[in-house]
Amino acid sequence: MGQTASSAGTGLAPTRSTLDNGVVVIAKETRKTPAAAINLSVRAGAVCDPDAAAGTTYLLSRVIDRGTATRSAEEIAEEIDSRGISLTISVTRHTFSIVSSCLARDFETILALLGDVLMSPAIPEQELAVRKGEAVTILRQEEDNPGIRASEALMAMLYGEQHPYGRRVKGTVQGVELLTREQLLQQHAARFAPSELSVVVVGDVEVPRVFDRASRVFGSWRATVPPPINLPPVHRATERRRRIIPMMNKAQADIAYGFTTITRTDPSYFAFWLMNVALGQYALGGRLGHNIRERQGMAYYVSSLLDVSIGEGPLNIRAGVSPANVDRAIAAIDDELTRLKRDGLTAKELNESRQFLIGSMPRALEANAGIASFLQTAQFFGLGLDYDRRLPSLLAAVTLDDIHRAAEMLDPERATLVVAGPYSDS
Amino acid sequence: MKPEMAIALRSATLDNGLKVIVHEEHTAPLASVWCWYRVGSKDERPGLTGVSHWVEHMNFKGTTNIPRDQVKGIIEQFGGAWNGYTWIDQTTYVETATRDALDQMLFIESERMARCLYHPDDCESERTVIISELKGGENDPDQLLDQEVTAAAFRAHTYRHPTIGWLPDLQSMTRDDLYGYYRRHYIPNNATLVVVGDVDPDDVLRRVEQHFGPIPAGATPERLRTVEPEQVSERRVTIRKEGTAAYFKVVYHAPAAADPRFVPTVILDAALSGAKGVNLWSSFRVAPPQRRSRLYRALVERGIASSISGQIVPTAQPFLYAVSATATDGTSLASVENAALEALDEVLQNGITPAELERAKSQLQARLIFDNDSVTNIAHQIGYFETVATADLFATLAGRIEEVTLDRVAEAARTLLSPSNRTIGWFDPLPIATS
Repeated sequence: MGQTASSAGTGLAPTRSTLDNGVVVIAKETRKTPAAAINLSVRAGAVCDPDAAAGTTYLLSRVIDRGTATRSAEEIAEEIDSRGISLTISVTRHTFSIVSSCLARDFETILALLGDVLMSPAIPEQELAVRKGEAVTILRQEEDNPGIRASEALMAMLYGEQHPYGRRVKGTVQGVELLTREQLLQQHAARFAPSELSVVVVGDVEVPRVFDRASRVFGSWRATVPPPINLPPVHRATERRRRIIPMMNKAQADIAYGFTTITRTDPSYFAFWLMNVALGQYALGGRLGHNIRERQGMAYYVSSLLDVSIGEGPLNIRAGVSPANVDRAIAAIDDELTRLKRDGLTAKELNESRQFLIGSMPRALEANAGIASFLQTAQFFGLGLDYDRRLPSLLAAVTLDDIHRAAEMLDPERATLVVAGPYSDS
Repeated sequence: MKPEMAIALRSATLDNGLKVIVHEEHTAPLASVWCWYRVGSKDERPGLTGVSHWVEHMNFKGTTNIPRDQVKGIIEQFGGAWNGYTWIDQTTYVETATRDALDQMLFIESERMARCLYHPDDCESERTVIISELKGGENDPDQLLDQEVTAAAFRAHTYRHPTIGWLPDLQSMTRDDLYGYYRRHYIPNNATLVVVGDVDPDDVLRRVEQHFGPIPAGATPERLRTVEPEQVSERRVTIRKEGTAAYFKVVYHAPAAADPRFVPTVILDAALSGAKGVNLWSSFRVAPPQRRSRLYRALVERGIASSISGQIVPTAQPFLYAVSATATDGTSLASVENAALEALDEVLQNGITPAELERAKSQLQARLIFDNDSVTNIAHQIGYFETVATADLFATLAGRIEEVTLDRVAEAARTLLSPSNRTIGWFDPLPIATS
C-alpha cells in the first residue's frame, strides 16, 4: 500500500490511497443502507479508439464481463444474478466505467469479480459474436432516433472527423461488424493499466476493509503505462452552419444547436457552469425553457447541456418541437443567445443559479452511487478530496463580468445547428 | 435471506379527509414531500382522454397566492428539485430539498390542491406542449407498440387508453373541461400527503394542519366501475411503419397490487426477466440482473433478440404483465415470438425451479434495499402503494416476498400465461423511403 490521504473536517471527507502499482483507491463509509456502490473508472474511453476503428472501446464494454481467464460467462452471470447486484458498464469519450451496487455483505466477492472482469477479460469468440449483434441492433435503432441523430451530427460538425469528439462512441454498423477479438484484446492491453484506474467504494463498508480488499484484488496487477492521448486542436466555428437530416417517418423534429467551449480545467469553468444553469437548466430549462416551453408553448423539452472535459467540450442546446415550429424555436434560441451575449445575466439570475447549485449538493450527495460518481469525477480532474467543501466558495467567486465574458463564446452568428425529423428547408 | 427492510410510518387523517404519512429518515439534511391524488387516466371518460395529465401540467402554472412568474424559484432556492407525473391510477407531485424548505413545500402543495388558476391563455399554450410530448412519444416505435398493444388488450376498461390521451381529445378539450376535472378530483379527501426525511413527525403534522386544514372536503369523486371481462382468445396487433428495428411485445392481464397473486407474479417476472423491484419512479432506470433469467437465455444469449424486458407494476385494478424484446438486426419477428412463447409456455407447464425461486427472492430483497437509498424514493413508494392499495403493502413487502413458495409461483404462472389471456404485438419495420 502506498501513501494515504484523508480530507479532514466536515463534508464527505473521503480517504484516498494509492497502491504501489499506481491504482488509486477512494473510500467513504456511509450507513444509509446495508449496501455499497463500487465505481471503477479507467482512463480508457472512446478517444483511445484507433483512428480507423471507432467503436472498439464500446464493443469491449459489451463483452468485457462475458468471461475472464478464470471465470466463464456462465459463472459470472450466476455470481451477479444470485446476489441481485446492479451492474452498468459504460464508455464516455474519456473513461471506461464499471459501476455496481451490491449488498455490503457481498462487497468482497463483488469487488474481486469486477476486478477480474476489468483486468483479465477473455472475450470468447461466441460471446463476441452475440454482443456484436446487440451493438449493431442498437446502432440501427439509433439511426431511427431523431434526438440521437441530431446530437451526433452536431458533434461531427463541431469537431470534424479528425477529432475523436467528432466520432460516434459506438462507431458504425460497418465498423463494428469488422472488429475482431484480437483488436479488442489489443485495445485492452494497450490502454488498461493500474496507472489509469481509480476505484471508489461508498457504502456500509469500513474504510480499512475497502483498502485491504482493493489491495488484494488490484495490488499485483502490472501493465505498462499507456502513452498519453493527444487531442488535436479544436477549430472554433467562424460562421453559422446548419444541417438538416430529413426523417419523414417521424412525428416530431429534434434540434441540436451548439458550440465548442472550454476545457474542464479552464479557470472560467465555474462561470460557464452558472451561465448554462441560467440559460437552459434552472427549473424547467432556464431562459430557454421559459421562452420556448412556458411562453410560446412550442416544446415539451428544451434544455442546454455543458459537457466539458479534457478537451474543449460542447455546449449543446436541445429541443423537441413540431416540424411547424422548428424555425420559430431556432429563432427563439438565437434571441436568447443574443440577449445573453449582449447583456449577460442579471444579479438575481446569478444568485439564483449559484444558490441552486450549492443547495442541491446534499441531494446530489445523498445516495451512495451519487457520492461515488462525484468522487470519481473529482479524482479524474484532480479537484482534490475536499472539492465538495470548496465548491461553494468557487461558485461564490464568479462575478457578472465573468459570466458576460463566457457568454461571448455563444454567438448565434457562429452557431452550429442540426435539425433531424420530418422537416425540410424548402 | 431475511428481510432487512423495516419502514416505520406515522399516519394521521385531517378532519377534511387528507391522509398524512410521515417517515423519519435522518441520513441526510433533506426532506421529500409528495402529494398524491387518486386520479389517473383510468378515471377519464371518452372525449376527455388525457385530461388527468393535462391537469397535472396546468397545476404548475400559478395559484392565487403564487403568481405565475414566481412558481419557479421557490424550491430551487433550497437546492431542491420538483416534478410531477400522471399514470393510470394516480397523479402526484414532488419536491425534495433541504429540510429548511419543508414549510415552502407544504405551502406549494396546499396551493396546488385548492387554488390553481387555469388561465385560458395558459391552457392553450399547454395544449401544444402536450401534443409535442405525444408526438415525441410516437417517434419511439417501442412506445407506439406499447400503446397499441395496451389498447387491444383492454376492450372495456379505461386502462386501454394512453395516459397522454388520444390526439383528437387533446385537440378539442376546453379550459372548462380541465378546470372542472381539477375541481372534482383535487380535494383533500382524495389525496395522500407523504413526508419523508430529516423531520420531526409532530412538527410535520402541525405544519400540515396549518396549510391544509382550512381546505374543505369535497364530494367523493364518482368512479367508473367497468370491470374488464375475461379475455377468451389471443389478440394480435401489427404495426407496419418505416423504421430500422423490429420490436415484439406480449402482454397478459395480471393481478392488481392487493391481489394475493401479485407478489408471486413479481417473483415469476424476476425468474423470467430479472428483478426490477417495484418502484415505478426509479426501478426501471438501471438494467436488472437478468443473465440467468429464462427469457434472456432463450432470446438474448441465442442472438435472437438484442434486449428483453419484463414489467409488472403495482396497480389499483388488474393491469398487464408485459414482455418486450427487440429483434437482433436481421432476425425475424416470428423467430423472436416463437422463442419467447416457448420459454413462457415452459413456465406455464412446469413452473420455476427452487434455484430460480431463491435467486428471484435474493434479487428482489437487494432491489428493495437499493431502492430505499433516498428520501425521494422512500416517499414515492409509501405514497404510491397508499394510492393504489395501502402503504402497509409496501411496508410488509419484504416479508411477503420471503413467504412465496414454488406452488404459489406455479399457480400464478398458470393463471397469467395462458394463450387466451395474451395480446401479441409486432412493430414490423418497413424500409425507410429515401427523399
